[in-house]
Amino acid sequence: MIDFVNQYLIPALVLGGIYALGAIGVSMIYAILRFAHFAHGDLMATGAYIGLLVVWVLDATPLAELSVNVRLLIGLPAAFAGTAAVAILIDRLFYRPFRRARSMIVVVIASFGVALMLRSLVQLFFGVDVINYADGIQFPLKMFQPLRILERHIYIVVVTIALMLILHWFLTRTRTGKAMRAMSDDADLARVSGIDTERVVIWTWILGAGLVAVAGVFLGMDTRLVPTMGWDLLLPVFAAAILGGLGQPYGAIAGGLIIGAMEELSTYPWVGDGPLVPPDYKTAVAFAVMVLMLIFRPRGIFRGRVL
Amino acid sequence: MGSDLLRANGMTGGYGGADILKGVDLAVEAGEIVAIIGPNGAGKSTAMKAVFGLVRLREGEIRFRGEDIGACQPDELVRKGMAYVPQERSIFPSLTVHENLEMGAFIRRDDFSHVIDLVYNLFPPLKDKRRQQAGELSGGQRQMVAFGRALMTEPALLLLDEPTAGLSPVYMREIFERVIAVNETGVGILMVEQNARQALKIAHRGYVLATGENIFTDSGDALLANPEVAESFLGGHGNQADRGGTHA
Repeated sequence: MIDFVNQYLIPALVLGGIYALGAIGVSMIYAILRFAHFAHGDLMATGAYIGLLVVWVLDATPLAELSVNVRLLIGLPAAFAGTAAVAILIDRLFYRPFRRARSMIVVVIASFGVALMLRSLVQLFFGVDVINYADGIQFPLKMFQPLRILERHIYIVVVTIALMLILHWFLTRTRTGKAMRAMSDDADLARVSGIDTERVVIWTWILGAGLVAVAGVFLGMDTRLVPTMGWDLLLPVFAAAILGGLGQPYGAIAGGLIIGAMEELSTYPWVGDGPLVPPDYKTAVAFAVMVLMLIFRPRGIFRGRVL
Repeated sequence: MGSDLLRANGMTGGYGGADILKGVDLAVEAGEIVAIIGPNGAGKSTAMKAVFGLVRLREGEIRFRGEDIGACQPDELVRKGMAYVPQERSIFPSLTVHENLEMGAFIRRDDFSHVIDLVYNLFPPLKDKRRQQAGELSGGQRQMVAFGRALMTEPALLLLDEPTAGLSPVYMREIFERVIAVNETGVGILMVEQNARQALKIAHRGYVLATGENIFTDSGDALLANPEVAESFLGGHGNQADRGGTHA
């Protein structure tokens, strides 16, 4: 039983949190800007590599004494802000002109192009090889025996929960957050009510890109960095956003956790000795969920928009 | 001209294809209720949207408080003192009633709690439901939310696109009573209405449009009394258009 928790449940929570942080942005961008943002995965990779830069920079300071996980936590604000700035710039250059021309399918295709550009930039600066934030094996903390929790998993789960609470506060208590929900409900009505929709768009990118950048750093912490890491995560992140209901940030969180849990738990030996689904194929679980949802319940569990 | 709130002359244009409006004139003076009536496809809603900058005109001039607003975007017009309630999708369904009102006041950086109190006084049912999602309310209460949202900027001119469409006679009377109450606080009102007879009863002036042109313009009472208007645009007596008002 405790092995199940250590080897499946905790990783499921970690992966689910990472998916959720990505799915929030996909969901909100779809609701507010009305397009499926296919460069979202590569924004995730952008955030992960900004995290790597911070680790390198801190190596040259007295903070190099700190563990790599702590240095990455210090780097989270930089990854958040840097990726948000990149996203706003991309929106200005590549999305807004097409949005003004009201051709949303062109914006979708443009986001494919942006995804390729971002990945190429990462490859240009960091090479195509796998990079780890730090070499060596990390051992689980002893204080929670018999739970074998890795230090990084605690950071990931705690920061993810904190970010979600802040997001909830932002969306329900601040004027800009409420305006985001209003524009996601009805962009035309928001405009005729006098809501500054350009400002809402900027905040959508700040939140969507910032949160997915944090997800990228966490993914890099938990696995490794490769330029295609974001693109590989695009499918489960979209599956999570659709499962939760597009335009529903809380749905995206739930969807992320469910998809993450289903992927991890599908590799548990439920029947016989071997894993139910071989780990290499676990993304297929997310794909299957997405297809089934689109066919039978396209509005997702939280009644979002139809893709 | 000094008391003119809105004056639109020769509005001509549409949504890119053939002109829907062919030289429509409209005016609202300070403190007036003005109703636009006419058959389906007459261009009533289009004329109102043109006033609010949602339809680009090929020709014509629109002045609001003497200022040319022909090139203004809707959000600029909200800042200048106009408010608009669209016919459909006039509320934010997933926001609470209270949040809907707050969004109406988005452009305000001052304390607007007294306006929220005013709206709750005007529409008491909303006060009890202020923490509920607006999308869960009945049609009539949604219309109250939409109305209240538009009042949050304390506009000088309120544009209402078919405020009673699809409402039961009880709610229709309620909404019209509120239109009068809001008007009595000095707000000019321009409304498009299908319930033509009831609208003209409360309107100081009315415009009858057909096929994108002004057909009749007169006081509300005079239009009601005009046999030609009654024959062609009010559908005579005792038929559907009158049903809601028979108990009034």
